[in-house]
Amino acid sequence: MDSPQENSPLSSIPQPNYARIAGSQPFKRLLAVKRMFIIPALSFFLLSFMSFVVLVGFAPKLASMRVIGTVNLAYLCALFQFVLGWMIAGLYLIASEKFDRLTKDVLAQTDRAKIDAPCGAGE
Amino acid sequence: MTIALTVFLAFVASTLGITYWAAKRSRGASAYFAAGRRITAWQNGFAVAGDFMSAASFLGLIGLIALQGFDGIFYAVGGFVGFVAILLVVAEPLRNSGKYTMGDVLAYRLQPRPVRALAALSTLTIATLYMIAQMVGAGALVALLLAGSGIGYNTAVVGVGVLMTVYVVFGGMLATTWVQIIKAMLLLACTVVLTGLVLKHFHFHLLDFFGAASRVAYHQKGELVVKDFLEPGLHYRPPHGPLDLLSLSLIFAFGTAGLPHILVKFYTVPNARTARNSVVWAMIVIGSYYAMTTILGLGAAVLLGPDDIVAHSGTNMAGPRLAQVLGGDIFLGVVSAVAFATILAVVAGVMISASTSFAHDVWTNVIHHGVERSPRESVAVARIAAMAVGAAAVLIAVALGPGSNVLILATFGMAVAASANFPVLALSLYWRRFTTAGAIAGLTAGLAATLGLIVAGPNVMGIDPPGAISRHLIQARPWFPLENVGIVSVPLGFLAAIAGSLVSREPAAEAKVDELVVRANTGLGAERASG
Repeated sequence: MDSPQENSPLSSIPQPNYARIAGSQPFKRLLAVKRMFIIPALSFFLLSFMSFVVLVGFAPKLASMRVIGTVNLAYLCALFQFVLGWMIAGLYLIASEKFDRLTKDVLAQTDRAKIDAPCGAGE
Repeated sequence: MTIALTVFLAFVASTLGITYWAAKRSRGASAYFAAGRRITAWQNGFAVAGDFMSAASFLGLIGLIALQGFDGIFYAVGGFVGFVAILLVVAEPLRNSGKYTMGDVLAYRLQPRPVRALAALSTLTIATLYMIAQMVGAGALVALLLAGSGIGYNTAVVGVGVLMTVYVVFGGMLATTWVQIIKAMLLLACTVVLTGLVLKHFHFHLLDFFGAASRVAYHQKGELVVKDFLEPGLHYRPPHGPLDLLSLSLIFAFGTAGLPHILVKFYTVPNARTARNSVVWAMIVIGSYYAMTTILGLGAAVLLGPDDIVAHSGTNMAGPRLAQVLGGDIFLGVVSAVAFATILAVVAGVMISASTSFAHDVWTNVIHHGVERSPRESVAVARIAAMAVGAAAVLIAVALGPGSNVLILATFGMAVAASANFPVLALSLYWRRFTTAGAIAGLTAGLAATLGLIVAGPNVMGIDPPGAISRHLIQARPWFPLENVGIVSVPLGFLAAIAGSLVSREPAAEAKVDELVVRANTGLGAERASG
């Protein structure tokens, strides 16, 4: 097998017991908490974008309804995608503080964590 | 035009300075391929923005909005939405589990040689499609900028080719990143000023501006028509229009997260947390940029008029011409120089992702079975690959000549990314049962379906009336009715990847799932920053 990590300098250090970490409570909790944010957030955003597409493509009359002056629903929905994207990004940054704390828990209970500095998460 | 040349030469001089500085600092493979993984969050955010906002986003998009109104604005929204998928599902796991390329993540628990070979093939295909778009844009720009100076399309293309090769060959990822950061700042500043000038024309009364955009008069088939440019449907008309739009939106939603030259940027930061913050920076820059381009495109439609754009500047030059009308020749010069800088920065980014993929995926892992013989050798291979890619791009662009809208060309590259790369990347990170056969099926089907349907569709096939200005490559009725192939190719890529996995079993791949999931989510064993 010639997977990437085997030709990295890490191959000389004994590998952490990944299966044990994967089965541990703190790790399961980290995945569950992440899923609980990521799946609804991504679904909601894609749903919003797809609704916008369907509105524009299949209901052009409704999309052309003027809301403020000559500015119509289609243009406002277009701008809303930007705002929604930024809002999700902001919420994700807040939620990720918790992910980082949970990641530290995972690494703290892993003996290997003391040698393999957690450079992927936390500070 | 001396102002334009001065601004442009100042940009070239400073980027060459950066390249010299980067070349002196750059030691070893991680420095060359990943800028030593020491780029900070805001720096990478601007670099990603500079890597993404191409000639297509500036030249192509403004022209498209100016001619197609809301149907062009759709592209502005589309360019932004893909970054949500990057933020939520791709950037952090990618940084944590890979080294230099997208192939690293795909090959992590699968058989590396076939998977990497196909990943490199799709990376090189996307790079070629992107490069053609940028080169065509560069040529068209020079034709406008230096009209009468004797410097033509071919010279411009060769010039871009030589410059980007210098950045990539000598400066590697560090120089490329800084070229992109500077370019993103220049482009953003230019867009702010130009947007301000458009709105100033309407005394900053937004409703007056949109009022004007709702009655744009132009000639269509010899008749004067007045259209509301905020209304959808100027371009995407029934019967196929709505389906085409849906198709395009699939490409946008998933394509950005499969673009190799964007993905490699997340290896240049020290850890996943920085990668995450850098996506948010990129979303701020890119989102505000695209929101402003809707004003610029509508502004061009109102202040220049579609007739003038078609007659004088062509679809790719509406932005620079708007700058000329509003800010005079000096501002035209500045804007054109910035557009040129935009092209250089994107081409350098695409080129380094292509040459890295060749050196790391093909040379080290496919040909030499994953044994990196020496970092010096892989960097040398990447440099030679960069020169070859540069030469090929120049030749193809010269052979094609200036032609269609560069935004449409770049969308083809994104279609390959959405149909071949994204399904396989997402499944290998998030689906336990994913196998090598699935990856091969997904990459092959996605790539073949995208390219095949583009060739069989109305962009390539069509019957032109005698005397038409732009001619279709194949003179026959198109076999596939849609301009955008995503509605078929994206589900096909996913289905092939899933079907291929279900009909095969790979205990070795399943055994490594825990390792990949733990690494992707915690950063355990991730590549570290170095000098």
